[in-house]
Amino acid sequence: MSFINKPKVSHPSLPANGLGLTRRQYEGAMSTLCAGCGHDSVTAAVIEACWGLDMRPEQLVKLSGIGCSSKTTAYFVSGAHGFNAVHGRMPSIASGANAANRDLTYIGISGDGDSLSIGLGQLAHAIRRNVNMLYLIENNGVYGLTKGQFSASADIGSHAKRGAVNQSPPIDPVMLALTLGVTFVARSFSGDKAQLVPLIQAGMRHRGFALIDVLSPCVTFNDHEGSTKSYAYTREHYHAALEADFVQPAEQIAVDYEDGASMPVRLHDGSRVVLRKLDAAYDPTDRAAAQRFIAEKLSQGEYVTGLVHIDERDGTEFHELNRTSATPLNRIPYEKLNPGGAALDALMRQYR
Amino acid sequence: MPNLAGPPKRVNDFVVKFANVNGTGSASANSLIMKAIFRMGVPVTGKNYFPSNIQGLPTWYEIRVTRAGHAARAGHVDIMVAMNAETYSRDVREVVSGGYLIYDSTWPRSTLLQRSDITVIGVPLAGIVAEHFDGVRNRILLKNIAYAGVLAALLDLDLDVVGGLMSESYGRKPKLLESNNKALRLGYDHAKRNLPCPLPLRVEHMDKTRGHIMIDGNTAAGLGCVYAGATVGAWYPITPSTSLMDAYKGFCERYRVDPDTGARNFAVIQAEDELAAIGMVLGASWNGARAFTPTSGPGISLMNEFVGLAYYAEIPCVIFDVQRVGPSTGMPTRTQQSDIMLCAYASHGDTRHVLLFPANPEECFYMAVQAFDLAERLQTPVFVLSDLDIGMNDWMCREFKWDEAYRPDRGKVLSAEEIAGLEKFHRYVDRDDDAIPYRTLPGVSPKAAYFTRGSGHNQYGGYTEDSAEYQVVLDRLRRKFTTAAKYVPKAESTGSGDNALGILSIGSCDGAVREAIHVLAREKIKVDYLRVKAFPFGLEVEAFLNAHASIVVVEQNRDAQLRSLLTLETTVEKSKLHSILSYSGFPMTCQPIVDGVRAVLAESPRLTVVPRV
Repeated sequence: MSFINKPKVSHPSLPANGLGLTRRQYEGAMSTLCAGCGHDSVTAAVIEACWGLDMRPEQLVKLSGIGCSSKTTAYFVSGAHGFNAVHGRMPSIASGANAANRDLTYIGISGDGDSLSIGLGQLAHAIRRNVNMLYLIENNGVYGLTKGQFSASADIGSHAKRGAVNQSPPIDPVMLALTLGVTFVARSFSGDKAQLVPLIQAGMRHRGFALIDVLSPCVTFNDHEGSTKSYAYTREHYHAALEADFVQPAEQIAVDYEDGASMPVRLHDGSRVVLRKLDAAYDPTDRAAAQRFIAEKLSQGEYVTGLVHIDERDGTEFHELNRTSATPLNRIPYEKLNPGGAALDALMRQYR
Repeated sequence: MPNLAGPPKRVNDFVVKFANVNGTGSASANSLIMKAIFRMGVPVTGKNYFPSNIQGLPTWYEIRVTRAGHAARAGHVDIMVAMNAETYSRDVREVVSGGYLIYDSTWPRSTLLQRSDITVIGVPLAGIVAEHFDGVRNRILLKNIAYAGVLAALLDLDLDVVGGLMSESYGRKPKLLESNNKALRLGYDHAKRNLPCPLPLRVEHMDKTRGHIMIDGNTAAGLGCVYAGATVGAWYPITPSTSLMDAYKGFCERYRVDPDTGARNFAVIQAEDELAAIGMVLGASWNGARAFTPTSGPGISLMNEFVGLAYYAEIPCVIFDVQRVGPSTGMPTRTQQSDIMLCAYASHGDTRHVLLFPANPEECFYMAVQAFDLAERLQTPVFVLSDLDIGMNDWMCREFKWDEAYRPDRGKVLSAEEIAGLEKFHRYVDRDDDAIPYRTLPGVSPKAAYFTRGSGHNQYGGYTEDSAEYQVVLDRLRRKFTTAAKYVPKAESTGSGDNALGILSIGSCDGAVREAIHVLAREKIKVDYLRVKAFPFGLEVEAFLNAHASIVVVEQNRDAQLRSLLTLETTVEKSKLHSILSYSGFPMTCQPIVDGVRAVLAESPRLTVVPRV
């Protein structure tokens, strides 16, 4: 599968988006992951999300670290620049890139090893800095490329393929992000494209750091009985609490406003996320409530999926805090950056 | 007319050292004295020997008054202002025979600390200050200004100059100005009444500082980053580099904020560690901003992995390494040049990096600008190897001038129009035969997209595990380093070039080497001198090594790192290179160089043959 080239031709009947581009034009290189890998489904969801958002390919920047998940940035939107950083350090590359050009859309793809072990520090601080980007963790509880060691998200009691039992408590990225003040956090499952696509779209349009923890089973090293990150286990313990629909700025919200369980949240670009709450009492804008809810479900062995928490308040994103010029820093003409000779002469007097 | 007692040669040529307690506000009094001497037209250097501490540990400040304009540390103390009881006994010992010691005589002093060969001057500073001012903190601060007043009288400083400086410092706070002026006057008057003013070691007006400034290298480098058009700075605080980012930020707040909107044309990011700092710089540079990080040795160690990525994926970035004493945490507030090898070959695998070696703050300013041009032209990391002595001490430099015609060299970045004209874009193809490929920025064109990776890639930017494809890229990177040698600043040579003996050095050793040459010339020993300003070494370095029978390599580290680099990267015969090493943590003086040259000559008498005709 990895040795054939993808044909670039596409059938004329394929539907086009607002830019006249078909889904094929949002694809990338052929995946070299194992057949049936959850990550490939996430890639498909990203393609669908970008196509649906009428995203200009060159306006997207794809970033990743090291690992199976990090390879996937090569498999979508080949018209976007990609950056495969060193292991666990993608958040810093993304932060710097975003500082230089605030106009592009940044999507980072990482895994549980890349984000929760070697890269935990960088992930935490990118969240704190509220860098405007979507950060997807393709979470399978295991190291694939190095052949099946437990990652930091592996649950206590989870069995490795060769029988070892994990004894250390897992780091849950959703709980972690809530603690760190994340402004958008969701959980989903690679097998649930209907839920994942609108979450990705909303995350891309959220102004600030949007984290989506995607449970994405590893078919080769962590899909056996005794694993808590297998397809079977995930499907069984999947608690969809908050379904989200993403609505483009121009579209009408079709869902019923009167329904107490529906909650539209307006994003900065005018688009909206409409949350369909399965638990009417749950308020995803209340961080403390979200933390309590997730913790309670986790203690019952259930993964709450959907948009867990969203905070669209102004003034918390990196550039807002920095008061960066509206023109991206990489496009400000040199003449505006250089104080000039006269200013230097005047300054020199200060050092006499 | 001033009192002309004492040998005239000691006018404008002596060292005064202040022994203080860290955190007591002595810095402003000490720099007041230094600035006053500078404004009287007399060349001066100021060196701060401070502890890694906020309050309580001993700290020293050393002012060298040098009418000859030497830039190095003198290596002796003529006048000690001993204000720290804890270090008093060693401070007494440090004064040269015939020198002076000034101490606070408010409390009795142990007779064990007497020295008959120096003049000990007691001033009841604490007593005077306590008599006129209230408040413990206030008294501590004003005692410093009072000793500045005593020195002003003893050294015959121009009181108008001193007063002018005080007004500049405290002009906006009239009450503070009043109390400081009063304290200064109390010290001054006491000295005039009770002490033999002025001392034979004194200051007289000269006209040798016109067109010059007193500035530290970190401020100069930060300013250089502003003038270079750098917009993103990411860093993790570390002594002695912190003040570089403080300066950059301060200048940006002055020059880069839109007065109407408050919008800022810069971003300074305090990272969680140096790994993140360099990552942010790479991300920003990759995305088309000029970006930099200031750090010191431990930070460079942490940045190694990303530096390798920047080298291999060819991402420009500028790293200021304000070197301090290693290994490990070492002595964070002492100076050294011990990161040369670390930076030259930073990161795993085959890597080599461009290094610049500024010798003083003036060069920090200009080399900061140059570093960005080189990084973007060559698409590679550029290290500016400053050190604590340059970075944190005040140096007398020529005023910086700005060439309005300067435009940044952004290197080979394809515009949207250029991309449109291409059939296909390939990231790592050597189209111009200079080993430098073309790059594109995100957001410009889908046709120009490529994948940046630290994994094996071919010249088209694609992933590869094919040996031949891998080697094409790796071999081009080696050739790129040859290209780099043509772009980097040339070494600076002094001397006729005909002497058998040459001195080769870098960075902040310059002042000590020049002074040594001056001293040796009085003994009719003539040497040539080459100050290397960059790595890779240019042809002129090779030529200098070939032209001299013996070369003394002067540097501030234990392991002769510059000498090692010369033996690795030039064809020089190892036995020709003699090392003079200084790694005490204090800035180098000329003495070991003078002694070293004499020793080399003693071992090889043929070298004493003065110039070949």
